[in-house]
Amino acid sequence: MSGMVEKRGLGIWLTHLGLIIGIAIICFPIYMAFVASTVTQPEIARPPMPLIPGPHLIDNYTAALTRGVNSPVLLMLFNSSVMALGITIGKIVISIISAYAIVYFRFPFRMAFFWMIFLTLMLPVEVRIVPTYEVVAGFGMLNSYTGLILPLVASATATFLFRQFFLTVPDELIEAARVDGAGPVRFFLDILLPMSRTNIAALFVILFIYGWNQYLWPLLITTKPEMNTIVMGIKQMFPSGDDIANWPVIMATTLLAMLPPVAVVIFMQGLFVKGLVESEK
Amino acid sequence: MAKIGFSNVRKSYGPTEVIHGVDAEIADGELIVIVGPSGCGKSTLLRMVAGLETITAGEIRIGDRVVNDLEPRERDIAMVFQNYALYPHMSVFDNMAYGLKIAGVPKAEIAERVAQAAKMLELEPYLDRKPRQLSGGQRQRVAMGRAIVRKPSVFLFDEPLSNLDAKLRVQMRVEIKTLQRRLGVTSLYVTHDQVEAMTMADRIIVMNGGNAEQVGTPLAVYHKPATVFVGGFIGSPPMNFLQAARLQASGLLRKVAEVGGAAGALNTVGVRPEHLAFCSEGEAVLSGKLMIAEALGAETLAHVELDDGERMIVRIEGGREVPAAGARVHLSCTSEHLHYFGADGKRLPD
Amino acid sequence: MHKHVVFNNRVLPYLLLAPQILVTLVFFFWPAGQAIYQSAYIPDPFGLSSQFVGFGNFEFLLRDRYYLASFKTTVVFSTLVTVVSMGAALWLAVMADRVIKGSSAYKTLLVWPYAVAPAVAGVLWLFMFNPNVGLVAWYLKAMGYNWNHVLNGDEAMGLVVVASAWRQISYNFLFFLAGLQAIPRSVIEAAAIDGASFARRFWTIVFPLLSPTTFFLLVVNVVYAFFETFGVIHTITGGGPQQATTILVYKVFSDGFVGQDLGSSAAQSVILLFVVGLLTVVQFRYIERKVHY
Ligand SMILES: Nc1ncnc2c1ncn2[C@@H]1O[C@H](COP(=O)(O)OP(=O)(O)O)[C@@H](O)[C@H]1O
Ligand SMILES: [Mg+2]
Repeated sequence: MSGMVEKRGLGIWLTHLGLIIGIAIICFPIYMAFVASTVTQPEIARPPMPLIPGPHLIDNYTAALTRGVNSPVLLMLFNSSVMALGITIGKIVISIISAYAIVYFRFPFRMAFFWMIFLTLMLPVEVRIVPTYEVVAGFGMLNSYTGLILPLVASATATFLFRQFFLTVPDELIEAARVDGAGPVRFFLDILLPMSRTNIAALFVILFIYGWNQYLWPLLITTKPEMNTIVMGIKQMFPSGDDIANWPVIMATTLLAMLPPVAVVIFMQGLFVKGLVESEK
Repeated sequence: MAKIGFSNVRKSYGPTEVIHGVDAEIADGELIVIVGPSGCGKSTLLRMVAGLETITAGEIRIGDRVVNDLEPRERDIAMVFQNYALYPHMSVFDNMAYGLKIAGVPKAEIAERVAQAAKMLELEPYLDRKPRQLSGGQRQRVAMGRAIVRKPSVFLFDEPLSNLDAKLRVQMRVEIKTLQRRLGVTSLYVTHDQVEAMTMADRIIVMNGGNAEQVGTPLAVYHKPATVFVGGFIGSPPMNFLQAARLQASGLLRKVAEVGGAAGALNTVGVRPEHLAFCSEGEAVLSGKLMIAEALGAETLAHVELDDGERMIVRIEGGREVPAAGARVHLSCTSEHLHYFGADGKRLPD
Repeated sequence: MHKHVVFNNRVLPYLLLAPQILVTLVFFFWPAGQAIYQSAYIPDPFGLSSQFVGFGNFEFLLRDRYYLASFKTTVVFSTLVTVVSMGAALWLAVMADRVIKGSSAYKTLLVWPYAVAPAVAGVLWLFMFNPNVGLVAWYLKAMGYNWNHVLNGDEAMGLVVVASAWRQISYNFLFFLAGLQAIPRSVIEAAAIDGASFARRFWTIVFPLLSPTTFFLLVVNVVYAFFETFGVIHTITGGGPQQATTILVYKVFSDGFVGQDLGSSAAQSVILLFVVGLLTVVQFRYIERKVHY
């Protein structure tokens, strides 16, 4: 319904104005965080804080990256990257191969496996935290990358997405491949995988954001500061008691924490939207 | 190159049998067209040769080997699919080379064989393109090329032209036929289009409801259809059929009295549209009303409704005078042009 | 649901499924089973033994004032988050749909908050409303309103709602805009020719045509508010003050990890499992409907 008919004159300018105000409100928290990351601690401690950026941007970011509060943010960024990439790649790999098995093979208990994967849709980590924590602790995986990643790599959503895509691949393609002499492994590697490129990329964007933004899980299983991820590490930077928080460093860290996923969304908007739409089917 | 043999080949999906025992022998280098209406089992038969469907009962031989339990790649065949089934992410070159790569053919030889096929099919300028950058006809050629480079002993085609427009279809069927002649590779070609079958085939297998009703050269099938179905299916416009009993009154059976001994079993009489002619009332075998005449230029198709309500099509030369629509007309034919069928639909001995 | 043409291989499909199934068994089914098992026991204070109580934990929960309050909090919280984020998103989407020039620029400017982690969103909003240093809190004070969400439960609820809804606006905006753009122009034009005003056209034609999108987003937002807002609450209020922002998921965490009341936490997990199950069923009803349309 683009251009609801009356799109001339004053009306359209008011619409633009409304949008700009909306966007300004939505962007305001980020702007304030940015200003806070460019001024000094005392400037914030004596409200009202300034409304325009100060000259301490480099100081604050350097302080955050190299020292942080409990551990350097650079280290937390590294941990977050390992976790996010681990979860993303792990989910994609195990989902695409299980979808392949379910769609392209006929074998006993196929449907049982399908339903087993399906049921995990109903079990978000938040719901089963205590027992899951106990399992991971039992394996001695606390404070390890394995512990951060492994419990989160099963994915019903990704499996369904690939299954959905595989079902749209014409049957004749697998027949042509068989006549050409390709077995199941070659067909998967040479034909199905390259054909799934866009789906993989879209899923990558969505899952990367999901993995990077994990909060509760790393909060539970990392107790050592050097294993903190950035998203959960921010909260650890607040002092307990009445001490005044080091807001400039905290806000610099906050911006650093949102930079990778936001950049992914902005620069890969097409894939992001595709991923969102498809993973919600 | 190889001959192909079918012995009592059957196929069932669960409890339903869809191929009811096909027997045929195909000679080395022959182009055989399997033709029949949609759903009659043509593709199923072809795919059993390819190894894409299991064979429920009976035996298929390629060369001297029984191939029932062989994988497609072990059968030395190549197949062209209706939707071409090109790998969308591979270039034309890679599409053609893929089977050779898997077979472990040396790189240099692959390049040479692909180049040769590309030249033959005039695909040289397109080797680096992706399938989506090609027209329908070009995709068709790539699918052909993919089959050719393998140098198989059998080509299998499943309605390869049905996704092309009418003009291109005519052009491609000539090309496929020429190519097949040149390479001399035994070929099985499936189509539902009887014109394609007539123009391309060395011999035709006409299928109906899972049975091979007739196997023969195009002209044999046309002139001596083995069943009512074949007579009606091959030829356009189709053969006219009449209940033999009804003809008694029209006086026709007087002229076909020489059928003699078989007359008791005689059930249906068929006559091709070109073997009917307008005549005077005195010579008439059949009479009726001219409903409409379709003038196609080279010929005219006249639709006649007989006195008993039966419809007949008469084909006459384009230049000839045609009675006006609604006029009473009289038709004649000679007995050597009549086809006699029994109650079971089978052709009676002449 | 499957291909007619398949590979025949006895071992390979199991190998392909093994990683997914193993992870699922170890980290989904085993813990879920544990939760159900633990929900029937009360461990002694030293964790040495535990006593079987059957449905005792559930009975206790359903009579527990705090747990019932948490249920109510969750309902209020998710209703507010859903209404605020969907309302704002619809408003923005209608405007973005009206402008032709620049609508993709607006889209880019509006989608990114979705990429911000709930916990990070919490910190951003906490900073602005911090009673000591927050800019907005300071201006409110200057205008005579004494903002202190650390002490005032309603203010705390307001803040976690806004921070949670903020991030979700992007998501709703994308789907609303797509829904609006899918409405045929001719329908709107016909109504305009009939003389309907913009507001009238919106409520009588556009909004009803958007209802599948709206229903879908309703479910998604409720699920989000229930299960994905832990980070917001943990960073801004820690469930307080006086449990005013302790939603169910937060309570599972605080009873299990902070309070060490494993039996009760497990029972709460089991109840949540039912809630998720229910929401999933609703979601699938929706999908079925979508298929039939
Ligand atoms: N996988 C299958 N399962 C069950 N029936 C099938 C299957 N494939 C084909 N058939 C049936 O077998 C018959 C022959 O099909 P097919 O060989 O594709 O016909 P044609 O190619 O002549 O149009 C049809 O009646 C079809 O419904
Ligand atoms: Mg077919």
